[in-house]
Amino acid sequence: MPRTIIEKLWESHVVHEQPGAPTLLFIDLHLVHEVTSPQAFQGLRERGLKVRRPDLTIATADHSIPTTDRSLPIVDEIAAKQLAQLETNCAQFGIRCLGVHSDQQGIVHVIGPELGLTQPGMTVVCGDSHTATHGAFGALAFGVGTSEVEHVLATECLLQRRSKAFQVRVDGALKPGVSAKDIILALIARIGVGGGTGCVFEYTGSAIRALGMDERMTVCNMSIEGGARAGLIAPDDTTFEYLCGRPHAPRGARWEQALARWRQLPTDDGAVYDRTVTLDAGALEPMITYGTNPGMGMPIGAPLPDPAAVSDPMERDSIAKALRYMGLEGGKPLLGHPVDVVFIGSCTNSRISDLRIAASLLKGRRVSPKVRVMVVPGSQEVKRQAIAEGLPEIFRAAGCDWREPGCSMCIAMNGDQLQPGEYSVSTSNRNFEGRQGKGGRTFLASPLTAAATAITGVVTDVRTLV
Amino acid sequence: MKPFTNFESRVVPLPINNIDTDQIIPARFLKTTSKRGLDQQLFCDWRYDAEGRPKPDFILNQPRAAGAQVLLAGDNFGCGSSREHAPWALTQFGFRAVISTSFADIFKQNSLKNSLLPIVVPADVHAALFQEVTRDPDAKVKIDLANQTITTPGGRKVEFPIDGFSKQCLLDGVDELGWILQRDAAIAAYEAAHPAPINALK
Repeated sequence: MPRTIIEKLWESHVVHEQPGAPTLLFIDLHLVHEVTSPQAFQGLRERGLKVRRPDLTIATADHSIPTTDRSLPIVDEIAAKQLAQLETNCAQFGIRCLGVHSDQQGIVHVIGPELGLTQPGMTVVCGDSHTATHGAFGALAFGVGTSEVEHVLATECLLQRRSKAFQVRVDGALKPGVSAKDIILALIARIGVGGGTGCVFEYTGSAIRALGMDERMTVCNMSIEGGARAGLIAPDDTTFEYLCGRPHAPRGARWEQALARWRQLPTDDGAVYDRTVTLDAGALEPMITYGTNPGMGMPIGAPLPDPAAVSDPMERDSIAKALRYMGLEGGKPLLGHPVDVVFIGSCTNSRISDLRIAASLLKGRRVSPKVRVMVVPGSQEVKRQAIAEGLPEIFRAAGCDWREPGCSMCIAMNGDQLQPGEYSVSTSNRNFEGRQGKGGRTFLASPLTAAATAITGVVTDVRTLV
Repeated sequence: MKPFTNFESRVVPLPINNIDTDQIIPARFLKTTSKRGLDQQLFCDWRYDAEGRPKPDFILNQPRAAGAQVLLAGDNFGCGSSREHAPWALTQFGFRAVISTSFADIFKQNSLKNSLLPIVVPADVHAALFQEVTRDPDAKVKIDLANQTITTPGGRKVEFPIDGFSKQCLLDGVDELGWILQRDAAIAAYEAAHPAPINALK
């Protein structure tokens, strides 16, 4: 019976099945961060439990960590306490912690892959909804809540119900100025933020195969914004090339064995998906969101939707409410709209190729004096690589603020935030009300669109600059 | 967890689709290391103005919300972040059930682990409920988990789906971790047959 990669991943991790209960699934890699873990560790203490597999668990500090000079004390006392608690918990339970002062610190979904911890065929969880990022390697990776963080710490297992297999097929070649971020924003605009509920996406097709690993991670990262529990891409030579030689990747004979195993993972010919959506990569335009969820997106040159033209009353109200919050008028263009801040970073777009592409546009140019531009690398490793390539000099010369790694203004927990009413073009993943700071207004877009907007100070189609 | 018992309650209607967990509890409150003290932060940015005063037009600030245990929300409730602080805040405010046409996957799982019952109803029942409770703020629904029914203010009994395992956990007031811990032998057998591909401690 031909199987999808999703079925193969599931079936190879079944620990126990019995009638009337969900499947007990083994977890190969558990990523931990400061925000969703303290109550889980406290739960272990209250029950007198240990961490079952510290060798499959790794922690870092990313959400509430400042992106300013790390030699300075953390001024936010509550954040400082939370970060200290992570270090204490990890020390007490024997988990390796790449904390505030580690030279491997970074956003949890950036460091797992770059350390080679994320590998094809694995199950990966984290108390973070963007865990699907790791699906780019052909892993079944999904976000969990704090109770399930505790379950995995204690047992390395989770009770899970099978999801439906949802194929997202993207064929054709992207046009210049259009990138991985535009693929995923276009998908979510098409199916809506609840379109993938109960599903795991498998991204297939020639346009997906043509993407590098950083770009594949961008696509998989936002699977949750389409409602899917996880999103993944079958591994291929691009995947293996990325992994080869990474600190935790297998070596020598073990590498060859792993390769043989990984090559069995892709979906078999004739396997059946519960649902398929196809996108024509060649028809995609640079995308931007205008509203207050990631499904409210459109080609950057399109007019804003007019609520009056929407027939469903609840949907009409949603769009009207979003436009009101965003201070926008239906029917008008978004191109040319002034912005106050440009944010280049987050687990969606803070990897070296994201920074390279932004720098390529900013090189020799100046950002608009009206715009504050923040560039936040995803990890210490990304930062080192950027320095080696001279990218910080390009960003600084253009007038950008080059900062220390972390989630930063994607979630605005660490002091990096919009002021009420401010507009940003952001390479992050969520434009919910107040997501980037109370009262802040976010347009989600690609690093290219963000860099173009930084230069002009208004929402800009990058193709008009190059 | 306490066993989940039948109850009857007034309903707080929030007729908005895709309410995300950033609205349920904004991220700036996630710096806490405790599960407690989150009820004041529930829907904080919809509930309070810039000076921290309750906005009188927001439903949670109206008399009908006091003591209400059921939230009636638009489609796809709880989308976005995996923060379990969302069901913690909802239950600490006093909610024991949320009714919608659909729930985001992670929110649903988080709710079930905190005795917050996600009730999925068909679109016509959902629309009728909004009408009934908007017309009469004191209208009550009855929730019966054992029989998987809600009784609308008009007396219509509607079945809702829930998987048998989650239902039994709620009714017995037990959590899943105890159940998983009892499968230790199966976990050990799996581990013995599957050497770890990594060692994160190295």
